[in-house]
Amino acid sequence: MSAIAFPAPDAGILARRDAIVAGLASLVAPEALITSADERRPYETDALTAYRRLPLAVVLPSTTQEVAAVLRYCSEQGVPVVPRGAGTSLCGGAIPQEDAVVIGVSKMNRILEIDYANRTAKVQAGVTNLAVTGAVSEQGFFYAPDPSSQLACSIGGNIGMNSGGAHCLKYGVTTNNVLGVTLVMLDGSICEIGGGHLDAPGLDLLGLVVGSEGQLGIVTEATVRILRSAEGARPVLFGFPTSEQAGEAVAAIIGAGIIPVAMEFMDKPAIEICEAFAKAGYPMDVEALLIIEVEGSDAEMDAQLARIVAIAREHGVKTVKESQSAMESAAIWKGRKSAFGATGRIADYICMDGTIPTGQLPHVLRRMDAIVKGYGLRVANVFHAGDGNLHPLILYNCNDPVEAQKAEDAGNDILKLCVEVGGCLTGEHGVGIEKRDLMTFQFNEADLHQQMRVRAVFDGKWLMNPAKVFPLEGRVAA
Amino acid sequence: MTLHTPSSEADACAFVSSAVAARTPLAIVGGGTRAGLGRPTQTQSTLSSAGLTGITLYEPAEMVIGARAGTPLAEVQKTLADRGQMLPFEPMDHRALFATSGEPTIGAVAAGNVSGPRRINAGAARDSLIGIRLVNGKGEAIKSGGRVMKNVTGLDLVKLVAGSFGTLGFLTEVIFRVLPTPERIVTLVWRGLSDEVGVALLSGALGSPFEPFAAAHLPAGIGAGHARTLLRLENFSDSIDYRKAELTELLRAHGEPELIEGEASMSLWEQIRDARFFAGTDEAVWRLSLTPGNGPKAMAALASTLPGARWFYDWGGGLVWLGVPAQGDAGADAIREAIRPLGGHATLVRAPDAIRASVPVFEPLTEPLMRVTAGIKTSFDPAGVFEPGRMYAGI
Repeated sequence: MSAIAFPAPDAGILARRDAIVAGLASLVAPEALITSADERRPYETDALTAYRRLPLAVVLPSTTQEVAAVLRYCSEQGVPVVPRGAGTSLCGGAIPQEDAVVIGVSKMNRILEIDYANRTAKVQAGVTNLAVTGAVSEQGFFYAPDPSSQLACSIGGNIGMNSGGAHCLKYGVTTNNVLGVTLVMLDGSICEIGGGHLDAPGLDLLGLVVGSEGQLGIVTEATVRILRSAEGARPVLFGFPTSEQAGEAVAAIIGAGIIPVAMEFMDKPAIEICEAFAKAGYPMDVEALLIIEVEGSDAEMDAQLARIVAIAREHGVKTVKESQSAMESAAIWKGRKSAFGATGRIADYICMDGTIPTGQLPHVLRRMDAIVKGYGLRVANVFHAGDGNLHPLILYNCNDPVEAQKAEDAGNDILKLCVEVGGCLTGEHGVGIEKRDLMTFQFNEADLHQQMRVRAVFDGKWLMNPAKVFPLEGRVAA
Repeated sequence: MTLHTPSSEADACAFVSSAVAARTPLAIVGGGTRAGLGRPTQTQSTLSSAGLTGITLYEPAEMVIGARAGTPLAEVQKTLADRGQMLPFEPMDHRALFATSGEPTIGAVAAGNVSGPRRINAGAARDSLIGIRLVNGKGEAIKSGGRVMKNVTGLDLVKLVAGSFGTLGFLTEVIFRVLPTPERIVTLVWRGLSDEVGVALLSGALGSPFEPFAAAHLPAGIGAGHARTLLRLENFSDSIDYRKAELTELLRAHGEPELIEGEASMSLWEQIRDARFFAGTDEAVWRLSLTPGNGPKAMAALASTLPGARWFYDWGGGLVWLGVPAQGDAGADAIREAIRPLGGHATLVRAPDAIRASVPVFEPLTEPLMRVTAGIKTSFDPAGVFEPGRMYAGI
């Protein structure tokens, strides 16, 4: 598959590789520098595995100072830099290029400080998402954003992409849960932005940095909010005869003033795939499944569920299945959270991430189905129903280049559809390389130029993750 | 001083272009009720959003509302209330503090990132603001974000503009995420606690599973002769009963709280939200943003150096509203010195123009962040026509 272009590597940089490697070696501990082709190989791609480029070198610093030294050096040498967390990006956000140095934060994986009284944790950027929750769960706390890859993905990567998850309907996404970062800028300056307090002293630079996809600098530490867990949580399965009825039930629940902690939708192909994998007891005789999770004491959950069940019945729900045990709850979520992995067992797939106004759901589901069928492919849908963030999984065979191209084309058509109905290209995965060339469908030239001028404040030379987010043509430097 | 009130975004673009060509510095105004925020500026011309009004989008089932920037906040709130919804972040009304009149606008809520007590649970205005349209300093109408609440497409300029006080451009339309209004709201009140104990109580409650939506401590002399420590619960009625009992038990070391509800509860939180305890006085008023537990520490350090100071705590102790005599530097050096070792920052919200012109109103930034701030300003407003100097001298 070769539809997405990479910039041509800078021949001058490639020719200077030995000198650049020697320069890097003088800045970091020997074990932090990876230069052999074999050892660089694991860094040539991320979770968008259809694309790969072997980087010039990989540096895995252990300190903020090392990151600063390497960035300053790359800036002086005019060498592109690709920041990397755990390499789980679905949009190619961490895919390098041949003339770039990868700076990975995986060795910076310590939890530095937990402050229960003030409900914050200070962590290094390479700490995994789930490890933050793991570190505070004994005291009954958790870190709210929960992307499906949370076992592997890093906080640094989450900040780069402004990652979401299944529970952000109530708890928000990364940008709502990060209070401060240590940002190393391209010239090696180390900036503390935010901290334990709730608002910015001037312009909201923290809000700008979160979701900036590694283009403004490298985050090495973060102060994140930790929240006290609810007394209990219970997912309930609601099977509907049609997707429309499921969509209407979601709207009615919100209309009744109920914000469940999560409302996840799966269509029939997704139900079949996930049930085969997780054996979660999903109903197989329905066209659409909602997993709705409520929180609180037993009595509170009972009361809230009674309200939700009554609404679901008004919208023709066929099956209602409450989790009866912690094990069952875990299985229900395992099915949903392994939707991508489970799909990968039966076919190759690309996972889209557009968001639509939820009122457009029935229309979009029909159109998506038609688009994918038009290319002779299949699609399975899982998505966050409360907020309209879709994850259509387009199934294809990656060994068939023609089919692979069709899958990518179908995905692009779906994302254009999302924008057309008032939504956006990406709800939580990021633009990366994957959606870069679609940016002009969502933004006009003035919009994009304003973003690029802001980017240029941090990196006027386009060295930070340069092949990402903005179309390669028509870039502005300042 | 001339006033320009464009009736469309295209008009606004044309006017900004002409101001840029003539290098005319512009003040930006909505209802004018918060004009005292920031440093005093010298502008020759005022650009008003008063001609850009009306709700542009409201989908209750999608929990989203959009309005032109000059739409009165009250109209937005009424539209939401009619469908049992609200803005999540309880925006402060600055009229009492600044002794201004007129109608606050939804655009100014976005431009000032104006939030209230609910911020501690539901986020600030910046967390609910999901889309903007803005005329930048090149006279171009640009957009960022949109009408869907999950959107990570491109750089998040929405956040940058929230809280930029008009220095980056002229907002023409804003879109907010909204939430259902809770069925019942009650406030639990404990009396007579010290600052430190009161904030510790709030911390214990905020670290419990019982989800306070607002948490404040009012020392003696702030609205009453005795100290009051307040937790607000919002939920379905049966949950309120349950959570009140659980919190009372959890915090029993502090005694049995009084429960207030309805008008009494609402007006108390409006006083806190709007810092009305300082309304009608001559005091200079500061807003200190701190790690919650450091609130009482900062005030203990400052009590002796700032005679005549009065203060109260919102956001579980993390927001201190501080009134000091409006003399000299209004305590700026002492305040910033006291909070520097603790982290956090101080903003001078209300003071005579002469003080706000001579004292940094916003916390001075480190060199790299000041450079970035100046660069961002230039990237939006290369000629420097929008509210020059409103946030930082020379920017």
